[in-house]
Amino acid sequence: MNEVSSVEVLNMLQMEHYQNAFEKKMEGKPIGWLTSIFPQEIVEALDLDYVYPENHCCAVSARKESPKFIDIAEGKGYSIDLCAYARLNLGYAEEGYAESLTIPMPDFICCCNNICSEVVKWYENLSKNLGIPMILVDIPFNDQYEPDQARVDYIKAQLEHAIGQLEAVAGKKMDYERLREVMKISNENSRAWQEAMSWLRSRPSPMNGFSMFNYMALIVCARGKESSKQVFELLAQEHKKLTEAGETKFKGEEEFRVMWDGIAVWPFLGFTAKTLVKNGMNMNASTYPDAFAVYYDEPTLEGMARGYAGTANTRCIEYHVDGRAGLMEQNGCDGALYHMNRSCKVWDMMQYTIARRTAEKTGKPYAIFDGDQADPRGFSEAQFATRIDGLKEVMAEEKKEAGK
Amino acid sequence: MSEAHLYTLGIDIGSTACKAVALRDGKEISGSSVIQTGTGTSGPGRVYEDVFRAAGLSLGEVSRVVVTGYGRLTFDRADNQISELSCHARGVHFLVPGARTIIDIGGQDAKALKLSPAGTLTGFVMNDKCAAGTGRFLDVMARVLEVGVEDLAELSARSTERVSISNVCTVFAESEVISQLAAGKTREDIAAGIHMSVANRVAGLARRVGIVPEVVITGGVAQNAGVVRAMNEILETPIIPAPLPQLTGALGAALFAYDEAIKLK
Repeated sequence: MNEVSSVEVLNMLQMEHYQNAFEKKMEGKPIGWLTSIFPQEIVEALDLDYVYPENHCCAVSARKESPKFIDIAEGKGYSIDLCAYARLNLGYAEEGYAESLTIPMPDFICCCNNICSEVVKWYENLSKNLGIPMILVDIPFNDQYEPDQARVDYIKAQLEHAIGQLEAVAGKKMDYERLREVMKISNENSRAWQEAMSWLRSRPSPMNGFSMFNYMALIVCARGKESSKQVFELLAQEHKKLTEAGETKFKGEEEFRVMWDGIAVWPFLGFTAKTLVKNGMNMNASTYPDAFAVYYDEPTLEGMARGYAGTANTRCIEYHVDGRAGLMEQNGCDGALYHMNRSCKVWDMMQYTIARRTAEKTGKPYAIFDGDQADPRGFSEAQFATRIDGLKEVMAEEKKEAGK
Repeated sequence: MSEAHLYTLGIDIGSTACKAVALRDGKEISGSSVIQTGTGTSGPGRVYEDVFRAAGLSLGEVSRVVVTGYGRLTFDRADNQISELSCHARGVHFLVPGARTIIDIGGQDAKALKLSPAGTLTGFVMNDKCAAGTGRFLDVMARVLEVGVEDLAELSARSTERVSISNVCTVFAESEVISQLAAGKTREDIAAGIHMSVANRVAGLARRVGIVPEVVITGGVAQNAGVVRAMNEILETPIIPAPLPQLTGALGAALFAYDEAIKLK
């Protein structure tokens, strides 16, 4: 019998994820839309079903359908300066159907502003337009390195309040034993994901880093589901096997290894990936996929509050610099590529400083390119290629110097 | 006669102009050409033919051709292609051996390059997609002021009270210039403001890469003394306009072609 590959299980789980949501919707059960790093454990533990608009945006954008929905939103008066995921999703909410991927319309929405602040207004508009409840978990920005107790207490109270609101949606009380179980699964999944990704440090790195963007869907959509662990464990085994054989799925010679910072340019995923391959660059580290794994040791509301308080976009610059420098060092990166993403203001706002300080700390060069996560009007292929050329040349010179 | 010499060509196919340099023995420019249309036009073909004529060379006398620039991947008459950043760095280092920072302002992008003492590229910062701080910005403004872009510098030299042009967006800045003209400001003062606007934008890039003297400015815009004056003023350091500023990329390509030709000999 042929062995089942991680990608096959990944695709099956993804299909099941959307199919299940539709089935539940047909059964008359409430469906939620969640922001990517909403504490999904509390939704999962109440047996509520949910999908992720941001994931949906990735799929629709990668399949070139984003302009249609962005145009609808802009026609409704949403500014081009708003996040393209927000415009795409608000446009989708008008239609409720996409050729590339359809998700069921929501009956409740859960928003957590640990990814950005704009998401609150995006979800408020959904809530008002659709006349459905919005559950908000507010996470304050960390100007300190680690979240302090006051923040943790505040977030814990937010979680308790959100649980009450979700109990009303679910029509039942929270089973705290079940919640602890889901929290444990979520943590194990995050660690299994981390373990699978740690193999990318091998030389050659066993995978083309762009594949991380596919697997990442699961750590976003199904962090609290037992089934996700199987994919990450299979992936880790595949990476182990490839590494032991000295093989890689990266096509061509892995001449350079780079860290990718920022969200993928979904409408140009193929172009960006191929340009890197053509230049012998493997993106074997990225801050993007890791942003969705939430780690906390203690399966309590306080532990969860601490975990969610510490997610990527709520952290101070020092933390970001240390994280990137550490990642580049661990994964043996020769340089870094920063996506100045027109949509993601909170990430971009810190990017010039993060890029400069990370380069100072690692001694490795970097390039910044303009793009957008979902709006194809924000990216130029030629401008991207010129920056990749430049980065490659600087990395090559540095390697030459180091070899002298 | 050419038996004793080794000739190489460097072609730089930019977005708005094509440039070519013929190099004798990796040391001396024996001919050059600039055609004011870029990739996707007749420019690449014309500059290639023209440089042979300018250098008095025939096809068989050239040992190797290297192409660079934005349109290099679609030019099929070269033996090799090398990216523009390396070619600019190489060309400038040849002309100004002490150069450690290069500010290059082309037709549709602006960049700041950091060089090692040996002339190799060690870092770079490029503009975002916006046309502010590029040659295209000056083209648009020159049209509004009803002068050729090559006459902008002379016009601004006669300024007595520089007008501030605050908009970064080319279209908005165009409206701003029109408003200033309507308000009775002189073309001289507005031209000086336009140069300061470009210089401000590019100085930001240069500061991000880190300014180490000597600072050399290249690209078509380096021929504009008004921009160079404004850059000197903002960066408070002498800015050296590269000799042959539009040809540094092509010269770098010709130098790389020479290295390759020697290796292949």
